[in-house]
Amino acid sequence: MVEVLVTYGPWLIAAAALFGFLMAFGVGANDVANAMGTSVGSGALSIKQAILIAMVFEFAGAYLAGGEVTNTIRKGIIDGAYFVDTPELLVYGFISALLAAGIWLVAASFLGWPVSTTHSIIGAIIGFAAVGVGMEAVMWGKVAGIVGSWVVTPAISGIIAFLIFQSAQKLIFDTDKPLLNAKRYVPFYMALAAFVMSLVTIKKGLKHVGLHFDTVEAYGLAILLAAIVGLLGKVAIGRVKFDTNADRHSQFANVEKVFALLMVVTACCMAFAHGSNDVANAIGPLAAVVTIVSHGGEIPDQAPLAWWILPLGAFGIVLGLAILGKRVIATIGTKITHLTPSRGFAAELAAASTVVIASGTGLPISTTQTLVGAVLGVGMARGIAALNISVVRNIVISWVVTLPAGAALSIVFFMIIRTMMQ
Amino acid sequence: MPVNFLGVFAKSPIKPLEQHIDKVADAAERMVPFFQAVMDNRWEEAETIQRQISALEQEADTLKREIRMSLPSGIFMPVQRTDLLEIVTQQDKIANKAKDIAGRVIGRQSQVPELLQETFIAYVQRCVDAVKQAQKAINEMDDLLESGFRGREVTFVNELIQQLDAIEDDTDSMQVKLRRQLFSIENDLNPIDVMVFYKILEWIGDLADLAERVGARLELMLARS
Repeated sequence: MVEVLVTYGPWLIAAAALFGFLMAFGVGANDVANAMGTSVGSGALSIKQAILIAMVFEFAGAYLAGGEVTNTIRKGIIDGAYFVDTPELLVYGFISALLAAGIWLVAASFLGWPVSTTHSIIGAIIGFAAVGVGMEAVMWGKVAGIVGSWVVTPAISGIIAFLIFQSAQKLIFDTDKPLLNAKRYVPFYMALAAFVMSLVTIKKGLKHVGLHFDTVEAYGLAILLAAIVGLLGKVAIGRVKFDTNADRHSQFANVEKVFALLMVVTACCMAFAHGSNDVANAIGPLAAVVTIVSHGGEIPDQAPLAWWILPLGAFGIVLGLAILGKRVIATIGTKITHLTPSRGFAAELAAASTVVIASGTGLPISTTQTLVGAVLGVGMARGIAALNISVVRNIVISWVVTLPAGAALSIVFFMIIRTMMQ
Repeated sequence: MPVNFLGVFAKSPIKPLEQHIDKVADAAERMVPFFQAVMDNRWEEAETIQRQISALEQEADTLKREIRMSLPSGIFMPVQRTDLLEIVTQQDKIANKAKDIAGRVIGRQSQVPELLQETFIAYVQRCVDAVKQAQKAINEMDDLLESGFRGREVTFVNELIQQLDAIEDDTDSMQVKLRRQLFSIENDLNPIDVMVFYKILEWIGDLADLAERVGARLELMLARS
């Protein structure tokens, strides 16, 4: 049976690469507003700047830190042992999963549902595994963990956002001289953001580019980078022009200018975290297909990522962002009211931090979820003027629907591909 | 068009609320030039101002409706929905009152008795001051939100509201004085004119009363949060 893989190997890889690219394109087009939306909405960044930052940092995140996460996607959800005798089924499955998730993303976007790219690919993988081999091929414990993350992830990021916002209140807004305190403390927030971001990079990736760090070195390097960013931030804040004749007692407008600078840092952070986390959705299954086909049907435990896979995913994200992301960001940039840099910052930094924390537990988490949780957290701290709870409900429903929908689609494609190849 | 998580941000009621009080205060402020024109018998100018007040009242009405429509039950806010709606209602009454006063004065070509004119215009000015003070307090909503409706910003707004109360007290005593003056000369005047003027005094006082009520509502909102 494995001859199929030998005969049609190049074709299978080409199909997987095409659908993987489609998926990455969808991730870039659809999800990137999550990463950049709050920055544009709060007026901290113009749309052009946001796109530019997103391109650079999404690519960097996907390329530098995205390699490690792929393992969870291709190995964490299903038990490879069940496919040892029929590796071609695994190949068909991953291809149909990519196609199913890509199509589901497009369809949901059309319906206006903010679905999670992570969950659509996971649902798709579960789908073909349960049908192609049997229910026992799915690691249901892991799936339960994913369902649990629907509650845990937003909760964690919500709590972090709440705490960050409260700390900003205590240190800056509820003081005699908010502007002075903003100038004093914002560099520390910048350093914190940089620390989080460098920790993601170092802990999640950098291995496949040939760099290895132990824990002490990782933390040391992260602290060093944080210090550098903090100092740069201090210099940047010193150069901001403030409205000196503002007779308003509170100077909050000027304080927000300081936070706008911080927002640039957190926007980079978020784009980076998003790229590193979500590129895996597209390239994980693709990497699996390439590995199995190039090993002639053998399913190895450890296999190096083919060199062209990560750039393909990263390029797909950037292309999707460049072609469609602009429109998404443009609409949200004008729609959001009363989102100031200080509030956006609390939400974004919390979301990015949650990605780091959750990556330690190996759960494939959704950036949408972390941001929704973070925004709710800032809302609970009474920092956001108005939140539409009915939209939150819709988002939660779409999380639940996405798994079975991705599964159903991938089952259909799986059946079609299997029939075609026989 | 893909919709993303940013849909959770609902339309903020705070900016429209500030715009509303700005319109209302704008309408109230025109009471001073209006009565100035009336007292100088420049009726054409008075009518122009009356039309302006009427137009401002309509704009305020539109804003009021917008605020009410944008707060369905699915909206989560840092303040109570009922408090917010109540504040809009009170604010709107100020504009209505200003429109009513100007309309009646124009309609009857009412005149301010010579002897009272100086005290009267000061009284109108003081009542308008109350409205402007309420506007100042409402315009702090931005900063209140910034500070999470806590801490020293709340103290600051409470001080503004106390000042508003003091202004309203002033207008009360001015009204008493004007009534006494009017009483002393009422025998020399047309009885109907006197009755109407008593009413006008009362209505102008209502401007300050309503402004105070806006402040009281704001105070309640802050006390509850």
